[in-house]
Amino acid sequence: MVEVEADLIWEYLKMVEDPEIPILNVIEMGIVRDLTWDEDKKKWHVIITPTYSGCPAMKAIEEDIIEVLAELQVKNVVVDTVLSPPWTTDWMTDEAREKLRSTGIAPPEKGSADKGLLMGKVKDIACPRCASTNTIMVSQFGTTACKALYKCGDCLEPFDYFKCI
Amino acid sequence: MLMEHKEYYLTIADTLLILGQRLSEWCGHGPAIEEDIALSNVALDYIGQATSLYKEIALKENLGKSEDDYAFLRDAWEYRNALIVEISNGDYAKTIARQFVFSTWYYHFLEALEKSNDTFLQGFAQKSIKEVRYHFQHSRDWILRMGGGTEESHNRLQNALNELWEFTGELMTNSVHEMEAIAKGVGVDNVALKDTFDRIVSAIFQEANVSAPADVWMQKGGKEGKHSEHLGFILAEMQFLQRAYPNSKW
Ligand SMILES: [Zn+2]
Repeated sequence: MVEVEADLIWEYLKMVEDPEIPILNVIEMGIVRDLTWDEDKKKWHVIITPTYSGCPAMKAIEEDIIEVLAELQVKNVVVDTVLSPPWTTDWMTDEAREKLRSTGIAPPEKGSADKGLLMGKVKDIACPRCASTNTIMVSQFGTTACKALYKCGDCLEPFDYFKCI
Repeated sequence: MLMEHKEYYLTIADTLLILGQRLSEWCGHGPAIEEDIALSNVALDYIGQATSLYKEIALKENLGKSEDDYAFLRDAWEYRNALIVEISNGDYAKTIARQFVFSTWYYHFLEALEKSNDTFLQGFAQKSIKEVRYHFQHSRDWILRMGGGTEESHNRLQNALNELWEFTGELMTNSVHEMEAIAKGVGVDNVALKDTFDRIVSAIFQEANVSAPADVWMQKGGKEGKHSEHLGFILAEMQFLQRAYPNSKW
């Protein structure tokens, strides 16, 4: 019985969007890590992990999870946040990456443990519009904590790059 | 419930919160919109990191407090932050110079904290270090750009280092609370980070053609609750609402 409900809840959670990138849901983002049932207290625990510590969307995501599940008659829900293992862009599915590209956000390169960053290396990022790699980083910090600001040297459009973490 | 190493957690959390609060002052005043956004993002990372530590303290103390109680309802002498984060921002060169020395220390601090035998702090370090890598890169790039830029940018950076330097030493010291945590395998020995810090900082300064002033008498005491006059002003602004209208929410 609990297993059946768990499968359902996993499906329901796909209806919770990332407020900053609504094209992706919290499952595709890899934000929801686990779902457990506490038999003693009769409560579901949805375990989530933040993308960035300072991501203001996390509070909204927590509330949205409770709200969406409540609407679907799952009312005894607690959301717990864990930091370990730390969220990484490597957990994003290929499908999620493609969705990002289609909305004009360059998806993160694979390989998050990027020590090259400390040495000042900058990666070649392909423009999400014209696929040119003739791009330059304008700022390491973009419109949200998880994005950097780039500009394409060929189509001249500015774009967001979902940076690796 | 008495929480072991509470003061150690507070030392890290308060240092991050106060620096986050200081950097927030640049929001809307940055020299360029990209920098405005960058410092606001960095500030959010610090405040988020501090929040997760305060939440953990609240959980372990189990006194029905929330993270906000620690931020908004403690007075200056209860704050355990290092002095370097409370001094005023100065010009952009001084803010960036502080970001650079702070991130250099903090990155290596977190690298060591990943080996703490406190599992919460381990996870905290694994998470935070990924963010701090970007902060380090951002400030390092600016040190190089200002140092090698115009005469004015170079002089401003050098002046900033001269003003700031007396506050850098405290980061590489251990307070009583830190020594207790080190003895239990929980805390990081800051003194042991000094060689790495010196090596990285002097390499970048050399490249930027600036230098750290020699033979500076180092200020300390912040981590033991002895603060400069600056902290009171920060707290007055940060805590005003909760003090004037207790328990207000929005
Ligand atoms: Zn393009």
